[in-house]
Amino acid sequence: MQLSIRHLLGLDGVSEQDITTILDAADAMKKVLQRPIPKVPTLKGKTVVNLFYENSTRTRISFELAEKRLSADTVNFSTSTSSVKKGETLKDTIKNIEAMRIDYVVMRHGVPGSSHYLANCVDASVVNAGDGPHEHPTQALLDMMTIREKRGTLKGLKVCLVGDITHSRVSRSNVYGLLACGAEVGVCGPATLIPYDMQDMGITVYPHIEDALAESDVLNVLRIQLERQKGALFPTLREYRNLFGITEARLEKAKSDVTILHPGPMNRGVEIDSEVADGPQAVILDQVTNGVAVRMAILYLLAGGRSSFEGVDNE
Amino acid sequence: MKTKAELMDAQAVNRTLLRLTHEVLEKHHGTKDLVIIGIRNRGDCLAKRMIHFIKEIEGTEVPLGILDITLYRDDFQRFSESAMVQETIIPIDITNKKVVLVDDVLYTGRTIRAALDALIDFGRPAMIQLAVFVDRGHRELPIKADYVGKNVPTADNEQVKVHVKEVDNEDSVVLVELKK
Repeated sequence: MQLSIRHLLGLDGVSEQDITTILDAADAMKKVLQRPIPKVPTLKGKTVVNLFYENSTRTRISFELAEKRLSADTVNFSTSTSSVKKGETLKDTIKNIEAMRIDYVVMRHGVPGSSHYLANCVDASVVNAGDGPHEHPTQALLDMMTIREKRGTLKGLKVCLVGDITHSRVSRSNVYGLLACGAEVGVCGPATLIPYDMQDMGITVYPHIEDALAESDVLNVLRIQLERQKGALFPTLREYRNLFGITEARLEKAKSDVTILHPGPMNRGVEIDSEVADGPQAVILDQVTNGVAVRMAILYLLAGGRSSFEGVDNE
Repeated sequence: MKTKAELMDAQAVNRTLLRLTHEVLEKHHGTKDLVIIGIRNRGDCLAKRMIHFIKEIEGTEVPLGILDITLYRDDFQRFSESAMVQETIIPIDITNKKVVLVDDVLYTGRTIRAALDALIDFGRPAMIQLAVFVDRGHRELPIKADYVGKNVPTADNEQVKVHVKEVDNEDSVVLVELKK
């Protein structure tokens, strides 16, 4: 069980085998989190830099906890209080930090491809915590872990992403990951927020939420991202809710065992109603718990397996 | 890697495991506060069988734990086989209990060192003892088994493999020689 990749930059091109390896390890890590002492010494002596150029609460905390649970040392870097304000480039920033001997960089940055760029200029393992609207692989992995946990498998499952697909790095990574694992992927949202060529990826595009609800086993409800809208891509939040909001009434028309996910933070009463978010079909808090487990799994797997030492089992 | 000799066949494995079980029961004067914890990947199979034997001999159900020590290894950077981290299942609070760790082969002692670290995170047992199916010598740490199935002196380029039905489709103990 070793990963074939050295960094986690996205789920585009990542094999089902690697994804399964990560999810299996995450299941074991979740058990560690449930112990009286939820800590293991595995990454003792390893240093992780959390390089967050964009705001984040839950992803940052989740990564920090994952690192600490594995006994790694964490260094948090927040751009507002750093030399970035003096104009230091990304490459210089990380080269300087690397000179202090680090093993991992977990980066969230506003520019798509920034983590790929970083991976090419450092020796450390790079984990993409979100590069602009491009990818957010750890979120998709925790979504898939949660789905697999609740539904038993991903293969053949009808999973529909609802909302602002175009601007959502969560949806992009989910699409790549779910397709790789054999799920049947659907998207639903205003036509202005769905990329033109999604059907060519083998994805079902649902113009109406009612159809998506009738056919899907799992709904991943995305946040309407007010900060990413540059033009008026939908009239008002109320209009969005009227047409696409997951309300209790709409949920009644869905499959009786439908599972509801949301990456958070939720706009209650916009894309999802409180009764649904807090109801029995939703696994939103499980997603958060699983997020720490998945991130632990990724850090653990990226640490080992680079050597192919064929020696004797030390027992 | 080639098999040099078969040291034990299925029947011998069974006899030895039964004897080890009796030894544990003898030492502990029964099963009070006893917990048997097997170390993956074969120690847990042996432990399960011991629990079964104890049920037949004493009529009592002793709690069974399964320990995965992958996350506690000290040779993290040099995996010889892919490190498949699996679940650790300790079903009861081990504080004040008498734990008997079970492993298939005792060699350098590093696996047991890792197991002790893992176990201490789960509580404070009254005692921890070690039962191994084979002791092949060459300790690198001050670790000693309390119960030994078989002592097998080995050379550095040899390895002792304990095969169990659950994993290897047969019960046996073989001596293999590693290619130089």
